[in-house]
Amino acid sequence: MHHALLRFGSKSGLESILFYIFAALAVVGAILVISHDNPVINALSLVLTLFSTAVLFIFLLAHFLAAIQVLVYAGAIMVLFIFTVMYLNLREESLSFDSFNKPMRLSILFVLLIVSGFIAGLGFKKGLMLNGAGVSLDDFGTVRGVGDLLFRTYLLPFELTSVLIVVAIIGVVVIAKRRLD
Amino acid sequence: MAVSIVHYLVLSSILFIIGAYGVITRRNLIVVLMSLELMLNAANLAFVAFSRALGDMTGQIFVIMAITVSAAEVAVGLALVVSVYTHRQTLNIDILRMLKG
Repeated sequence: MHHALLRFGSKSGLESILFYIFAALAVVGAILVISHDNPVINALSLVLTLFSTAVLFIFLLAHFLAAIQVLVYAGAIMVLFIFTVMYLNLREESLSFDSFNKPMRLSILFVLLIVSGFIAGLGFKKGLMLNGAGVSLDDFGTVRGVGDLLFRTYLLPFELTSVLIVVAIIGVVVIAKRRLD
Repeated sequence: MAVSIVHYLVLSSILFIIGAYGVITRRNLIVVLMSLELMLNAANLAFVAFSRALGDMTGQIFVIMAITVSAAEVAVGLALVVSVYTHRQTLNIDILRMLKG
């Protein structure tokens, strides 16, 4: 049954080096998303972050999810964002309203509160460090493993998702076709 | 130093905070939606990290559901953005106060 048990923190230095590289890329992309003024560059930075996250999914043995992430997030959703930005053809003067003046101090305070909360939480939850949990490499995260779980145990939520998508499609068509007075 | 689940959780919380900061500070409606995607993505990373640490694939099922929901949300949100822009000629959320929010 247990062919190759892979510990969480494998001792190979390559994985940790790659983790730090792609984590840094994800953070840089996220900062560019919220700091740059051009929406096209924002969208492309979001692609950088989502792609780096997909690589991290591979380190976490979620290979199928990494493929889904690249296809759906970095592919379809990003095309939708960039299409909207291009379609609306936002002019330069309409982009320059984005200034960091009024809510600056309040939001910085808010962010610092969240950061300190997370750091404190992580400090308290030392017991959550489950590094020793080995995982059998057989089906973990592959199409077979995820599909088996998705189509047996979680069949009803999976089918309900299709209802959600139909509702979303109908909603989008209704919103887009509505006469504007 | 081996990479543990805490590394992934710290990265996830950093990405979440950056996304929340974008939602709070930015005034462009499209960029607010992008920051929202950033927050969802950070939550997905935490789900996958816990799934790996616990050796339970249920977290990955949750991520599939979250990706589906966020795809539907982005489609509806961008349709609303296009509708609002053709109606009001702006995407500044300080000007778009039809709902008095």
